[in-house]
Parts: sequence; C-alpha cells; structure tokens
Amino acid sequence: MNANVFSPAVLIASVYVFALAAFLGYQVISRVPPLLHTPLMSATNAISGISLIGSLVLAGSKGYPLPAHILGFVAVTTATINVVGGFGITDRMLKMFKNRAAAAKKEEAK
Amino acid sequence: MNFATYSPSMYFMEATYLIASILFILSLKMMSHPDTARRGMFLAEGGMFAAVVGTLIGGHIISWTWIIAGLSLGSIIGAWMAVSVPMTAMPQRTALSHAFGALAAALVGIGEFLVNINELGPVKRGALGFEIILGALTTTGSLIAAGKLQGIVPGRPIQFKGQNIVNLATAAAMAGCFFYFWFNPEASAVFYSMLGIAFLFGVMLVIPIGSADMPVVMSLLNSYAGLAAAATGFVLGNNVLIIAGTLDGFSGFILSVLMCKAMNRSITNVLFGGFGSVIAEETH
Repeated sequence: MNANVFSPAVLIASVYVFALAAFLGYQVISRVPPLLHTPLMSATNAISGISLIGSLVLAGSKGYPLPAHILGFVAVTTATINVVGGFGITDRMLKMFKNRAAAAKKEEAK
Repeated sequence: MNFATYSPSMYFMEATYLIASILFILSLKMMSHPDTARRGMFLAEGGMFAAVVGTLIGGHIISWTWIIAGLSLGSIIGAWMAVSVPMTAMPQRTALSHAFGALAAALVGIGEFLVNINELGPVKRGALGFEIILGALTTTGSLIAAGKLQGIVPGRPIQFKGQNIVNLATAAAMAGCFFYFWFNPEASAVFYSMLGIAFLFGVMLVIPIGSADMPVVMSLLNSYAGLAAAATGFVLGNNVLIIAGTLDGFSGFILSVLMCKAMNRSITNVLFGGFGSVIAEETH
C-alpha cells in the first residue's frame, strides 16, 4: 500500500478529524472576553508552530535527498522560533495581566 | 501506511499525538478565562513538547544533526525575540514570530514537492497546493504587518487606483497555477510561480489595511497559518497537524470576528475598508 495516496477509509477519517476540530475550535473560543483577545491570539500563533512536526519529519527522515534535509533544517529553525518566541511573548503578556490584577486588588484593599 | 508496518515506537508516537491534541483543546478552553489563562498556556507548551518528543521517537528519524542544529538555533533566536522585546513592541514581535512559523509550513511544502511529488495522489497534491499558498501568503503578510506596526512600512493604508482589479488578477493567476499544478504535478515552473505569486499576494492583502486594524489581520493570518499546518497534516497523513492546525485555523477566524465586534466594526469593513475609503475620497 502506498502511503502517498489516500485510501478512501483514511481520507474519510481525516475529513472527520478536520470537521470535528473545526467545530471545536469555534466552540472553545466563542466566549472569550475582549481582555484576553491579544494573549489568545499570541498563544494560537505559538500553536500554529505545530508545523514544527512536519519540519522534523522533513529534516530527519530516512531516504530523503540532501536539499530536503536542508529545507527541513531551515523549517525546523523557523518553526522553533515561532513556538519558543510565541509562547515567550504570551507568557510576558499574561504576567503583565497578573501584575495588573494584583495591583487592582491592592487598590481595593486600601 | 498499513498496520503490518506499525512498530511499538509508532504507537507511542500516535499516543503522544492524541495527548497533545487533548492538551491543545484544553489549553484554548482555559485561555479564554482570565484566571486560568496562564495554566492554559502551560498546557499548550506541554502539548507541543509531547508532539515533538513523539515525532522524534516514532517518526523514522535517522539523521539528527539537522534537527538538533535547527532546534537549538531556533530556540536561541526565539527566546531572544521574546525576552528582548519591550512591552510596547509585543504585537510586532508576535507578527514576526508568526511569519517564521508560516515560512516553515511553506518550506515543508517545497520539501514534500522535491521528495515525492510524482507519488502523491490527487487529494494530497491539492492539500500540498493549499499548504504552499497559505504558508507563503501568511509569511509575507505577517512580515508586512510587523513592518507596519514597527513603522518600517507606512502604517497608513496604502492604496492605488485599480487595486481591486490587480488583487483579483493576482488571485486568479494563483488559482490558475494551483489547478495547472494539480493536473500536471511534474510542472515545477508552475509550482514555483504559484509560490512566488502567493508571496506577492500576502503583501498585497495587507498593505491596504491601516496599522490600527493589524491585530485583526494578524489573527486572520494566524488562522491561515493554522490551515496551512492542517494541509501539511493531510499531505503527511499526520493527525496532530490536522487537529492543531484546524483548531488554530477556526479559532483564529472566530477570534478575528470577535475582535472586530469589540471594535464595533465588521470584518469585511476591516479587510476591504481600504477600498471603501478610496471610493469615499473620490466622491468628496
């Protein structure tokens, strides 16, 4: 069996996964307060660095020619920048919120 | 891939993918409440880590040099980007990091094209086309967004006469390349033209939008990058890419709609508002 051509069963399963994930993405986000829009954007940006998985396969797989490995290397680098940078920035944003919330509580205590 | 070739390490990989997918979903859920947002982010980090470890163990990886070099170089640059940025410059750094992620999706697409284009079936070839187009236009689109926020590219909407027609023509040329490539997978010139036009189209999509609307645009580009990752998942037959990419694609789209609502604007107004203002100027 050739892994590069979808068998109908696998294709249908993949489309199911796609449709359910799309529905979930919509459901999970639909009630987020405006305060969290920017950190959420930043976090989903980091999650879109999941193409790192594809890059890893390209960079290290058996029997791939050298140009593919080099493309894979560049892709691994850029995807890692996306993941590490994205989560780092999100973390700093959320820390800022935390400080702000703590400050607000202090104000109330006074 | 048939079941006879499934080794224990591949079952392990699929298990980590399932865990990663669940963590991503929980993470998005928690990210939408202020109290749990930070914990949610850690779950997403855990999910990413699980997926990477699973791939390294079960993904038939044989050459480690490129991977270790890429992971370390990327981590250093990424960490530097996150730590060095002043609070006021956060949005442009997000856009920049996003451009890198989308570039990775496009590069993986080119790699797939180089390695086994003649063996890909029609569905996978179509997915590859989507991956290339979405990855490439998101890369340049995010770069322009970052440039606008940083002030390198003028932040005001850049417009010219006949912009609408030029954009439509570019989109049509891109679609033409896509279909030609779909039916003639060995036409590498058409494939690379499609890549080039998509890079150009990303620029053209974002330049007519003012920098005040950039967060909405970035969220939308984020959604494109997610869909590019999902397309990669279809090409490689990889479920975690499909799930995380699609989650990202649709939550990014909904988020950009929500952002518009919070600003009391409609999404068409933000995306095509530039065209509207040309008409308004003409009627003055």
